[in-house]
Amino acid sequence: MSKLTRRQVVGSGLAAAALTSLPASAQAGPVRIAYIDPLSGFMAPVGDGGLKQFEFECERINAAGGVAGGRKLEVVGLDNKLNPQESIVQLEKAIDQGIRYVAQGNGSSVASALVDAIEKHNARNPRQAVMYLNYAAVDPMFTNDKCSFWHFRFDADSDMKMSALTDYIKGLPDLKRIYIIGQDYSFGKAVADAAVKMLGTKRPDIQIVGNELHPLARVRDFSPYITKMRAAGAQAVITGNWGNDMQLLIKASSDAGFNVPYFTYYGGGLGAVAGMGKSAVGLVRQITEWHANIPDIGMDDIVRSFKAKHRELDYYYYRVKVMFDMLSKAMNDTKSVEPRDVALALEGMEIKIETGMASMRKDNHQLIQPLYISTLSENVKFDVDNTGLGFKTDIRIDGPATSMASTCQMRRPGA
Amino acid sequence: MMETIVFSTLNGVLYGLLLFMLASGLTLIFSMMGVLNFAHASFYMLGAYVAFTLGSVTGFWVALILAPLVVGLFGAVVERFGLRHVHKNGHVAELLFTFGIAYLIEEIVKLIWGKNPLPYTPPPILQQPLFTLWGTHYPAFRIFMMVVAIAMFVALWALLKRTRVGLIVQASLSNPHMVGHLGHNVPLVFMGVFAVGCAMAGLAGVIGGALLVTDPAMALTLGPIVFVVVVVGGMGSLGGAFVASILIGLIQTFAVAVDASLSDLLARFGILVSNRSDLGRITLAQVAPMLPFLILVLVLIFRPRGLMGARES
Repeated sequence: MSKLTRRQVVGSGLAAAALTSLPASAQAGPVRIAYIDPLSGFMAPVGDGGLKQFEFECERINAAGGVAGGRKLEVVGLDNKLNPQESIVQLEKAIDQGIRYVAQGNGSSVASALVDAIEKHNARNPRQAVMYLNYAAVDPMFTNDKCSFWHFRFDADSDMKMSALTDYIKGLPDLKRIYIIGQDYSFGKAVADAAVKMLGTKRPDIQIVGNELHPLARVRDFSPYITKMRAAGAQAVITGNWGNDMQLLIKASSDAGFNVPYFTYYGGGLGAVAGMGKSAVGLVRQITEWHANIPDIGMDDIVRSFKAKHRELDYYYYRVKVMFDMLSKAMNDTKSVEPRDVALALEGMEIKIETGMASMRKDNHQLIQPLYISTLSENVKFDVDNTGLGFKTDIRIDGPATSMASTCQMRRPGA
Repeated sequence: MMETIVFSTLNGVLYGLLLFMLASGLTLIFSMMGVLNFAHASFYMLGAYVAFTLGSVTGFWVALILAPLVVGLFGAVVERFGLRHVHKNGHVAELLFTFGIAYLIEEIVKLIWGKNPLPYTPPPILQQPLFTLWGTHYPAFRIFMMVVAIAMFVALWALLKRTRVGLIVQASLSNPHMVGHLGHNVPLVFMGVFAVGCAMAGLAGVIGGALLVTDPAMALTLGPIVFVVVVVGGMGSLGGAFVASILIGLIQTFAVAVDASLSDLLARFGILVSNRSDLGRITLAQVAPMLPFLILVLVLIFRPRGLMGARES
């Protein structure tokens, strides 16, 4: 003690004073968003890629002056190991730290657990309400029967995407026999059900020659499935597969010389094109809200600067950009970072984005934005996975055309 | 129908042979040293990554030879400076040690090569279809893999059963002191066995990585099934591992190919399950990845020493 100088004593006293007044100073600190997604285990690359993009968008908003009168945004990565229980633990951890915004995207099973937990938390603690930013969990349930005032989805749900895909298929009269294959969990089932239902009404002449679910992230060699598809006489395949399951499926298909069109959700997802290689050119089509080769919409510099920062990754989640833009607009307009105010401002918000207009539906909190169907091609400006291959637009679907009826009956706070 | 049977057999044998390439190294190490190497699938992963990196400089064929050597060398280092010291503390310590190595290798791979899959593919000459049956190509690489696996089986079997080296290795297991007194360096023999086992895993990786996907999860996805093969085949039996690999490969492939539900199967045994119920709607294809583990459980209950295992425990 005797060694302490007077200056140090005064300094520590000041520090103690600063600590006791923490709640007041925390108010002026950054607005934190908890990113709850897999950062370890089998799907870690996907979760990690998402986090990098969140941080990128966050820096962009901060560089442009922050939100609600100069406050910064900050992303806090929390690892949920793609496990619903673990996600709840991470959510509680976030809430304990005073975080009021939660983002998640990978796995509708996880999303389902989070929607429930956040509803309960907000009912019990209306003054510490938490808002849920869903950037990729596309089970239609979250904007229908299970909708929540606190949940906002920035990706088109699997029904909206399937509707666009089946509209496209409607215009391919030669296609008569389609095979559906997907991952065996809620999302894979939702894709298959939507495909069967929509093809049934739009193209009753198309025969569904196979409807198969395989275990999620467990199949190493898809050749047996390809044998089955060929035996069934499939002329095209519809799949919602993502991650390794996507790559291996296409790889087995091209190895066997089974060159039929694939209608996919995540054909351009992380690592998929690297796994598929050249054989997938012209055959793999994907439905997304954006891809890098849409010409002249002012995204090229952003794509390049992201690539300069993360050589291994591609700018992929355009919807995360839209999400940050809308979130910061809501915070700026209301001059509040209180989730309730922000949520009310987001409802019905309409903004101009690079691909057209984006609007947040008030009745079910589903973002309406243009969608693109694109095909894997050579000779593109921006490639995927550093392969030299990338996507080219087949058609663009205007936002309003993707909108679908909803069964959501939303309970608003205080109503 | 014929088409499905032929291709399912081919695919099943192919998958079985890949499993065997992995399981043979594990079996070798286990039968000779009594060490159940949890990190075996990690050496498989290393094989793929090393082959990718070397291959980008030297081409695939040189990498095919060099990568297993590198992995074997790494295995020798692990044995010499790690496992050998842990050995005296018993089997639990050994298990935990190899478990730790598996974890370390995964993290190191992520640090060096990143978390994303690598664009590692077979050389163009092997990517061409070797033959076409009923319109389906069969790529040359798949047949090449079968040839390598079978050559590996024959070479290993001949080495152990027909050469002096094999004699010493086998004797070192049961009578290490005696062999030592005869002037052989027993620790060196063990190190050699461990290195060869790892090199075999590495070779499987060079081929498996190009056939499937090279990513940091590849050890995790194949690890458990390799243990199933070794246990079902009989701990320490090379022939048993071969039979069990092919068996599991075929069962899994045919389970996918057969378009039947669980209720169809149960009906054969007189158990009626409505095909509207959740249980009845499950197809055989959906339970395919579960079947090896079901076989594992059955084997452990009814024939604990495995199909061709020599020992009771």
